[in-house]
Amino acid sequence: MEQRLANCVQLTVNEKQFIENALLSELRVDGRGPLEYRKLSIKFGKDDGSAEVQLGETRVMSFVSAQLVQPYKDRPNEGTLSIFTEFSPMADPSFEPGRPGESAVELGRIIDRGLRESRAIDTESLCILSAKLVWAIRIDIHILDNAGNLVDAANIAALASLLTFRRPECSLGGEDGQQVVVHPPEVREPLPLILHHLPVAVTFGFFSNENLVVLDPTYHEEAVMTGRMTATLNANGDVCAIQKPGEQGIFQHIIMHCLKLAHVKAGDITAKIKDAVEKHNNERALQKIKRRSSSVSVDVCGTTARLRGKQNQSGGGKDNSHLDQLKPKDEANFMECDATSSGQVQINKKDEGSKNFTGGPSSWYGKKDPYSECVNSDLLKAPMDSEC
Amino acid sequence: MRQIRAEIGAVSKADGSAIFEMGNTKVIAAVYGPREVQNRSQQMSDQTLVRCEYSMANFSTGDRMRKPKGGDRRSTEISLVIRQTVEACILTHLMPRSQIDIYVQVLQADGGTRSACINAATLAFADAGIPMRDLVTSCSVGYLHSTPLLDLNYVEHSAGGPDVTVGILPKLDKVTLLQMDSKLPIDILENVMQLSTEGCKAIANYIREILLENAKQLEYRRGV
Repeated sequence: MEQRLANCVQLTVNEKQFIENALLSELRVDGRGPLEYRKLSIKFGKDDGSAEVQLGETRVMSFVSAQLVQPYKDRPNEGTLSIFTEFSPMADPSFEPGRPGESAVELGRIIDRGLRESRAIDTESLCILSAKLVWAIRIDIHILDNAGNLVDAANIAALASLLTFRRPECSLGGEDGQQVVVHPPEVREPLPLILHHLPVAVTFGFFSNENLVVLDPTYHEEAVMTGRMTATLNANGDVCAIQKPGEQGIFQHIIMHCLKLAHVKAGDITAKIKDAVEKHNNERALQKIKRRSSSVSVDVCGTTARLRGKQNQSGGGKDNSHLDQLKPKDEANFMECDATSSGQVQINKKDEGSKNFTGGPSSWYGKKDPYSECVNSDLLKAPMDSEC
Repeated sequence: MRQIRAEIGAVSKADGSAIFEMGNTKVIAAVYGPREVQNRSQQMSDQTLVRCEYSMANFSTGDRMRKPKGGDRRSTEISLVIRQTVEACILTHLMPRSQIDIYVQVLQADGGTRSACINAATLAFADAGIPMRDLVTSCSVGYLHSTPLLDLNYVEHSAGGPDVTVGILPKLDKVTLLQMDSKLPIDILENVMQLSTEGCKAIANYIREILLENAKQLEYRRGV
């Protein structure tokens, strides 16, 4: 409630009238046409499953993590999915810290509806032991900058991070085949999630003049518009979710027209997401080849040590809390060595629970690994062997 | 469509109230207002402040529910939706600097609670005498085994098919509320929405009859 009021207070009557009059001649304040999207850029973090989306000036970050839990009683064979949104006051002064406000809850539920009911994620593949252990996927969405149309940006971020998320592979072992062994990523390649289709959200704004419809409203347009509708569709033409929460009444034919528009836009956005994810996957594959060669020698010293999340990762804090809850097997082999000779060099190796750290010098020097030519990996290895 | 039953004036303290039943789903709505704004910082100088609270009684579903401490997200969303739907139809600019509260409580839940709440809210507003552009009526439609089904109950809803809730302003023929989940191709959605519009118009006729009855009763009691 307070958020809406804050929005209304900031705009003067002149600004409102200007925006509406400009729209009558099919012009928008930032120069777009009424049915154009702003520039979309998708970036990925170092961890698997973290994505940052920038739609015009709106920035949203999303992070996916997984945890082993007991399934719900009525669905013993399916994994679970939960979405948490955080509207940080850094994004917009009208957001309050602490409990999510109405629009935060609504955003979370729109994305949830698009993913859950339409069965975009294959939850049955997340089941390890029926009725005992399944993977619980948790998507955390952080709003970094609110410049309008948070729903679409957050949805794209959630999809991008789901596509790049990798969960550790696990196998059943033990005498009765009931013990679950979670393999660290060095032993077995972590697996991607199975996504059947990509539900993309497209938001429309309606104004007091019934013939005006805009796509991807900006912050000021959101303050002026009298109604909005978010349609979540996939590229196949299926409508996965619609959310038109009251407000202005619209004729049915306009709604159908909007849905057809949304179908076209959803196709565009799906293509962009897939491109970005593919590029990222290719880069990761290249990096992995370099990482493998250096991590094999570090494995020789198998001491257990405390995990220190030194690397600046977008979801570092969350990883630690998930690690606490996982039950690692006895053969935890991760270690931490200080190469004191080279100053601040620290090498962290992952254990089986943490899927988002990458060990080895090559990966934390940066994505493009520019230092591998300059740094002689032998020099790094020598002091470590002497310490351990 | 299931059997509908409505009753006006259930809560005597409220300015307007109504009970609305759709089959086994029973909802009670109470409207307080227009009255003085309780939180001065939220007062709006050009229109009325509408607040809505939706809650499901613990005994409304088969198993007794525990209310989650942090505020149920579903209830928050439905409160938001009802508030915005209702704000679209009442003439808020006629009552500036005042507040209208609407409280909706689900007594029996058997699918379609959202629609029943909106219908009950409309009746309660009419009972409170708050000026409205048009009635808002709502009903839900599903699509199972290639048949559109009007007014789903809980069993049909749990079958996993799509659930479309539509709220319209019947005389103006405009769609206010539209919520959908689960997958559905666009052309089938069009049929489904058509069916729900007809359902909503039927409910609107029934509501008008009830209001007319109520008005006659009031006339009679006043001895006109």
